[in-house]
Amino acid sequence: MIAEVETKRALTIRNLHKSFGEVQALRGVDIQTKPGEIFGIIGPDGAGKTTLMRILCGLMVPDVGDVDLLGFDPVTQTHEVRERIGYMPQRFSLYPDLSVVENLRFFADLYLVSKEDVAQNEPRLMDFSRLQSFRKRKAGALSGGMKQKLALICTLIHTPELLILDEPTFGVDPVSRQEFWTILRDLANDGLSIIVTTAYMDEAQLCDRLALMHHGKLITQGTPDEVTRAFGKRLLEVRSPDILRVRRGLDALHLPGINVHRFGARLHVVYENDEQEEAIRLTCHGYGAELEEIAPSVEDTFVALLQDQGEEAV
Amino acid sequence: MKRILALARKEVLHILRDPRSLAVAIAMPLGMLLLFGYAIDMELRSLPVGVMDLDHSQTSRAIVRDMTAGGFIVDAGRIHSRDEVERGFRRKKFLAVLVFPEGMDRDLANGNSPTIQLMIDGSDAATAQTVENYLSAVIARKNIEILREDLGDIKPPLEARVRFLFNPELRSPDFVVPGLTAVIMIMICALLTSVAVAREKETGTMEQIMTTPIKPSHVLIGKVIPYMVIAVLDATLVLLIGRVVFHVQMAGSWWILAAYSLLYLFISLALGLLVSTLAKTQQVAMTVALVATMLPTLLLSGFLFPISGMPLVLQWFAHIIPATYYLEVIRGIMLTGRHWYPFELGIMIVMALFLMSVSMRKFRSRLD
Repeated sequence: MIAEVETKRALTIRNLHKSFGEVQALRGVDIQTKPGEIFGIIGPDGAGKTTLMRILCGLMVPDVGDVDLLGFDPVTQTHEVRERIGYMPQRFSLYPDLSVVENLRFFADLYLVSKEDVAQNEPRLMDFSRLQSFRKRKAGALSGGMKQKLALICTLIHTPELLILDEPTFGVDPVSRQEFWTILRDLANDGLSIIVTTAYMDEAQLCDRLALMHHGKLITQGTPDEVTRAFGKRLLEVRSPDILRVRRGLDALHLPGINVHRFGARLHVVYENDEQEEAIRLTCHGYGAELEEIAPSVEDTFVALLQDQGEEAV
Repeated sequence: MKRILALARKEVLHILRDPRSLAVAIAMPLGMLLLFGYAIDMELRSLPVGVMDLDHSQTSRAIVRDMTAGGFIVDAGRIHSRDEVERGFRRKKFLAVLVFPEGMDRDLANGNSPTIQLMIDGSDAATAQTVENYLSAVIARKNIEILREDLGDIKPPLEARVRFLFNPELRSPDFVVPGLTAVIMIMICALLTSVAVAREKETGTMEQIMTTPIKPSHVLIGKVIPYMVIAVLDATLVLLIGRVVFHVQMAGSWWILAAYSLLYLFISLALGLLVSTLAKTQQVAMTVALVATMLPTLLLSGFLFPISGMPLVLQWFAHIIPATYYLEVIRGIMLTGRHWYPFELGIMIVMALFLMSVSMRKFRSRLD
């Protein structure tokens, strides 16, 4: 997608702070991303992800810290930055009363994309987003997944060097989410740098590198493997038709160093030593639950890190 | 330029895709014009006046005949008792009552000065004043007539001969239609533009546009162009209907009026933009735009009430309302044919530049 990038960095963020009155949205964020990688910023609502994305595309000015985006500063070189990025806000932000192709061409005009380039890019974008057969349909009449794909190709029409996506798969069905990520992976393979935020932990595994964000701070960052390796504890997955009862039973043990949290229809029990494992196994077998020792996911790590932080704070 | 056109084209699509908003933009001014044009009829006619004639003489009948001759006053019927007077006023059967005393004719013949009583409903002060003036004049004329019968062909020592300039028949539409044009134009412009910008803020599309390399001022210009066209259309329609339906007179040039009107439109659009930079939702934009334009323009611009008669504070307000100056110009052109208004023109240009630059400055490509 991009020919050559001279710099080795797509984006460097140093010590970024941003407050809104009393609320500290960002409390010292440092990130470095490489060209052609998908960098995920994972965190719950209110972690400060949207504020960070808005600062990157020059919609907000940070209180402290600086950003180097493709060699430009979003605060002082807003125009240069905006010519080179594609930004997809959290909410669906296209015109529901315009058709797919009208929306796309509107953005092509705003980016001053030449007629020849539009003629070249449009079929390709329509093709890989599989919106070709919906060209004439009003954007408002598209499904959630198709809307997100349309929003994505609108940010790609001017062949940006860096894509900033703020929770692009929010509220989208699992199949469309998977398809969306496949597209992102293809784009990254073509050399496009992508910064993406998400609250879905399962999407973390799909990033090249990621940062876990909480209350305006990054609590860890690295490749998914590096992040989960930082887990440093052991993990048992508990399956039972009645996990609520099992959970009550485990909570009643009051063992220090054990954390139980729900993981979909299962329980994940984090512990440190064999002694604890013994107690957990005994309790679970008492309820007829199945147990399996598993490798921690990003979500397990995130929850464990948050709990560690909570303990430190106390 | 290409970006501005892209925005303008997109805005046109929005307007065309939503026929209801287009209908509002066209129908609302017309509806207002017809409604106000007929309702704000400042001419008074057919005012009912009751007569309590205790004299039943030639003189009393002659006065009633004179009074109703012009069509301005109609005879609301005879009244026979004081009770009826009270009841009639309460039921609005009449606005005024003339009481001719018993023996009036006889007293006149004897050289005494009998008294005619005139009672007027003062609850509508303006109308009461007019009725009083009219009836006093009728009686004054009768006085001269009576004196002539006795003394031969005498003339009143002083006589006023009144001629109304510029609007010789004091026709209400000539006065109301220009005023309505001023109200409708500023209202529609401010409403349409402020809602158009606020809608993009509300739906989040503004955030998306702002992250493209387009300049914020170009966003505003692109968005305003289509509404400028609609506003010009509206203004043309309003004046056309004023001409065709209400037969307003045009002493000056339509083209010169158009030039001043364009400047006024520009002020109105800029006002709408200013509202939209402050309002975050369509609802707020709509309310603020309506309140900020309609009431002041109707009440304080000199449209309905002369500014010189207002309390000092309201006079100050009147002088910051764009319509005050436009009204001066449009009434002048249409009624007197005067074309050159350096003072009003200067103020309107300053207002346009001020509003435009403030809204452009307020409209940044940042969210905080």
